[in-house]
Amino acid sequence: MYNQWILTVLLAWPALGALLVLLAPTRWAKHLAFAASLAEFALSVPLWWRFVPGAGMQFALDVPWIGNWGIHYGVGLDGISLFMVLLTTFLMPLSVLGSYTYITKRERAFYALLLLLTTGMIGVFVSLDLFLFYVMWEVMLIPMYFIIGVWGGEDRLYAAIKFFIYTMFGSLLMLVAILGLYYLAGSKTGVYSFAYAHLLAQAPALGAPLAWWFFGAFFLAFAIKVPMFPFHTWLPDAHVEAPTAGSVILAGILLKMGTYGFLRFGLPFFPAVALHPTVQAGIVILSLVGIIYGGLVAMVQPDFKKLIAYSSVAHLGFVMLGIWALTLQSVQGALLIMINHGISTGALFFLAGMLYERRHSRLIEAFGGIAKVVPLLAAVLTIVSLSSIGLPGTNGFVGEFLVLLGAFQTYPIAATIATTGVIVAAAYLLWALQRVLFNPLDKRENEKLLDLTPRELAVLVPLLACIVWMGVYPRPFLRRMEPAAQQLIQQIKSANSTPAAAR
Amino acid sequence: MSLDLSIPRGLLLALLPELVLTGWAMILLLFVAWRHRTTRDLRVAGGITAVALVTTAATVWWLWWNQAGVAGIAQMVAVDDYRWVTDWLFLGAAGLTVLVSFEYLERERLLAPEYYVLLLFAVIGMMLMGGAEDLMVLFLGLELMSIAVYVLAGFDRRNPRAAEAALKYFLIGAFASGFLLYGIALIYGATGTTNLSLVGVQVDSLRLGSDPMLLIGLGLLLVGFAFKVAAVPFHMWAPDVYDGAPTPVTAFMATGVKAAAFAALFRVLTEAFPQAGAWREIVAGLAILTMVAGNLVALAQRSLKRMLAYSSIAHAGYLLVAVATGTSAGTAAFLVYLVAYTLMTLGAFALLAAKGRGGESDVLIDDLAGLASRRPWLAFALAVCMLSLLGFPGTAGFIAKWYILLAAAGVGEWLLAAILVLTSVVSAGYYLPVIMVMYMKPEPFEQAHTGVKLGRLAGVAVAAAVAGILYFGVRPNGLLDLAKETGVGVKPVPTFTVEPSGR
Repeated sequence: MYNQWILTVLLAWPALGALLVLLAPTRWAKHLAFAASLAEFALSVPLWWRFVPGAGMQFALDVPWIGNWGIHYGVGLDGISLFMVLLTTFLMPLSVLGSYTYITKRERAFYALLLLLTTGMIGVFVSLDLFLFYVMWEVMLIPMYFIIGVWGGEDRLYAAIKFFIYTMFGSLLMLVAILGLYYLAGSKTGVYSFAYAHLLAQAPALGAPLAWWFFGAFFLAFAIKVPMFPFHTWLPDAHVEAPTAGSVILAGILLKMGTYGFLRFGLPFFPAVALHPTVQAGIVILSLVGIIYGGLVAMVQPDFKKLIAYSSVAHLGFVMLGIWALTLQSVQGALLIMINHGISTGALFFLAGMLYERRHSRLIEAFGGIAKVVPLLAAVLTIVSLSSIGLPGTNGFVGEFLVLLGAFQTYPIAATIATTGVIVAAAYLLWALQRVLFNPLDKRENEKLLDLTPRELAVLVPLLACIVWMGVYPRPFLRRMEPAAQQLIQQIKSANSTPAAAR
Repeated sequence: MSLDLSIPRGLLLALLPELVLTGWAMILLLFVAWRHRTTRDLRVAGGITAVALVTTAATVWWLWWNQAGVAGIAQMVAVDDYRWVTDWLFLGAAGLTVLVSFEYLERERLLAPEYYVLLLFAVIGMMLMGGAEDLMVLFLGLELMSIAVYVLAGFDRRNPRAAEAALKYFLIGAFASGFLLYGIALIYGATGTTNLSLVGVQVDSLRLGSDPMLLIGLGLLLVGFAFKVAAVPFHMWAPDVYDGAPTPVTAFMATGVKAAAFAALFRVLTEAFPQAGAWREIVAGLAILTMVAGNLVALAQRSLKRMLAYSSIAHAGYLLVAVATGTSAGTAAFLVYLVAYTLMTLGAFALLAAKGRGGESDVLIDDLAGLASRRPWLAFALAVCMLSLLGFPGTAGFIAKWYILLAAAGVGEWLLAAILVLTSVVSAGYYLPVIMVMYMKPEPFEQAHTGVKLGRLAGVAVAAAVAGILYFGVRPNGLLDLAKETGVGVKPVPTFTVEPSGR
C-alpha cells in the first residue's frame, strides 16, 4: 500500500495543500503551509528505510494517461532520485518557516505557490515517463517565476523573465529531442511509448548524426539548469532577486534538476556521444572553468547573495566533473555534493536572508564586526561556511574528496586543477566571513542587531545537524546510492563499448 | 447512412446543416427588418442567433452520429467527419462570439441587430468552405463569408479606424479572391475539372505533378489562401484590420474565419494535390516565415490588441506546420490545434473587451498593471489564456503544440519542429509580460481598473474557454480520439494508397 501510492501522495498532497492555503484566511496561510509541508516530509521519511539499495526502480506506479500517444503516468524511485526527493521534502518546511517574517504581502499566494512548486519538483525527480517529466519540468517554472517576480528584490521583473526564458529555451529543444526518440524507438520496435525504460532500451543504439543532435538538445536543457559555465548568467540575477525561500529552493533543488537530468537521461541515453573524447574534454573543461571562474567571480562580489550564487556555479562544476569522470567514487561524490550543496548553500541563503531582514542590505560592506553583537548567528554562519568550503568533518569535505579521488583516476590533470578550486572557495568565503563578522564594528546601525530568534534557530538547526551527520558518518547515504551509481556506470560503459554504438 | 447526392433527398440531407442555418438567418433577417431600434430587439436577435447555432450544431451531430457518408464520389460537397468537426468548430467560435457580443454591442451603442444576421451568414460561408468538395463551392463559401465579415469589420461606422479596417480588408480580400479564382481557372485548365477528388485523380493518372499550368494554378491558389490566413509575407493587412474592427469581430476573424480558410486549404491540398508535392516546400517556407516574423514583430507591440493580432499571425505559422506535414496525423494535430487556438484566442479577446472602451485599440499592455489585485479572477483567466497561447504544459495550447510537433517529427521535419519551438520561446517574450504586469506591477493609480467589467454572458464564454483550456490540457483523450478518427477520414484520393506514417 505505502510502496505503491506514496509517490502519488507526495505529488498530490502539496497541490491539495496549496488549494487549502488559498481558501483559508490569510493569517492562517503560513501555519497551514508549514503544517502541510511538514506532513509531506513526515510522509516521505519512511522512504529512507523502505528503500532497498540495489533493487532498481521502487515505489513504482504506472497508469495509462493519454493512450493515443503512449503516454503513461509512470513514477518510481531509485538510489539517485531517492535523495533528491528527500532533500526536497526536507527543505520545504524549512523554507516555509524561514519565510514567516520575510513575506508580508499576498501571503496566501506565496505559500500556495511554494507548495505547488513542491509538487513540480518531486514530479521531476520521480517521473518515469518522458512526457510527464517534461510537463513537470516546465510546470515548476511558473511558481518560481511568480515567486521571483512578485516577492523579489529591486530588479525582480528582469530576473524573473530571464530565468523563465533561459529555462524554457533549453527545455523546448529537449522536447523536440524527446519526440525524436519516441519516433525512432517506435519505428524500430513498433511500440510507441514515452516510458523511460522503453526509450532507454532503444536510445543508446541511435546512429551518429541524430544522436549528436538529440544529445545537444538534452545537454542544453540540463546545462542551462545546472548551470554550466557559459549558460550561467541567469543564475546570479535569479538568486539575488528571489526572496529567501526562493533562493534556497533555486540553489537547493532546482539546480540539481540539471545534474539529475544528466545522470538520468543525458548519459544513459547517449553514452556514445557523452563519452566521445571531444565531448568529454569539452564538458570537463567547462566544469573546470565553472569551478575556477565561479570562485574567482564570487571573490569580488560586494553583494553577499551574489557571492553565494557564484559559489553555486563552482560547486555544480564539481558535480559535473564527478559525473563525467564516471568512476564509482566520483559519481557517488557528485551525488553527495548535490545533497550537500542543497543543505549548505540553502543554509547560507537562509542566513543571508536573516541578515537582510535585520539590516535591509545585502552588501558585505554594510556589516563588519557583528560577531560581538550576534554571536549565535556568527557561529552558525561560520560553521555553514566551513561546510561550504569543504572542511574535513563537515559534509562538504566528503563529497568533494570523493569527486577529486574518483576524477583523479580518469582525468588526473583536471582533478589537480579542480583541487585549486577548493582553495579559491576557502579564499572567498573566509574573506567574506572576515568582512561580515570579524572586522572592527565600525557602523552604528550594526550595534543593535538582534541575535537569532527561536524560529530562526528552528530553521537552521536541522541543517546544521545534517552538516555534521553527513560529515562524520556518510555511510548510510553512500550505502543507499552505491548500487544505483554502480549500475549507471556499468550501463553507460557497456552500452558505449558494444559494437552497435555509433562512434 | 449513405447518401446519394444525385437525388434531391440525398442532397438535401447532405446540406441539412447549411439549410437549417440559412433558414434561421432568413428568419432573423425578417425579424430585424421590423425590430431594430431598442436594446431589447438586440437581445432577442442575439437569443435567436444562439438558438440557431445550437440547432445547427445538433443537426451536425445527428449526421455525425448516423455516420453519414456518400455513395460513390462526392460531388460538390463532402460528407465526412472532417466536415462535421470543422462545422462544430465554426459554430462554437460563433457561439462564443455571440456571448461576448451581447453586452459589448450595448456598451458601445452599436444597436443594430443586423450584426447577428451577418454573423450567421459568415458562418454559413465557413461551413461551405469546410465541406467544399469542389473549387467552385469553395469559392462561393469564401465569398459569402468574406462579404459578411467585411461589413462586420466596419460595423462601428462612427469609428474611422473601423472604417479604415473594413476598407483595407475589403480591398485585400478582393485581391485574394482574384488570385484564388485565377488559380482555380488554371487548375481547371490543366485538369478539366474543379472537383477536388477528380483533380487528384487527373494529376495522378495524367502525371501532371510538374505541369507548369497546374503548378502556377496551385501557386496562385496558395497565394490566395495565404492572404486569407494572413501568412507572412501576405499578412500586412491583418494587424490593422484586427486592430480597427470591434473586438468581438476581431475575435471571430482571428478564430472562425482563419479556421475556415485553413480547413478549406487543408482539404484542397490533401485531396487534390497529394501528387504535386511542390506545395509542401512552399507551405513549409510560409510556415517558417510566418512563425519567425509573426513572433518577432509581436515582441515589439505595446498595444494588447495589436499584440494579439500578431500573435494570431504567429499561430497561423504553427498551423501551417501541421499543413506542411500532409499526413493524417497532421490533420488530427491541425484540428486539435484549431480547437485549442479558438478557445484561448476568444478568451483573450473577450477579456480585452472587458478592459477597454471604444474599440480597445488604445489598451496598452502596461495598462493592465495591478489588475490581479483588483480583479483576481479576470487576471487569472487572462493568465491562463496567455500560458496556453505560449503552449505551456497543463493547458490545451501545449497539447495542441505537442501534437503538431509530433506530426512534424513523424515525417522527419526536424527543421520545422526546431523553428516551432524556438519561436515559441520568443513568444514567451510577449505573453509573459502580460502576466507580469498584471501580477507584479502596482496599479498606476487608485481607480485604474474601476471600469473593467466582464458582462455575465461574456463571463460565461470566458469561463467556458478557460475550463476547456485547462480540461483539454490535462485530459485531452476524447478530443484526440475524435481528431484522430477525423484525420484518417480525409482521404487524399480514392485511388491513392496512403503510405504509413513514420519515416
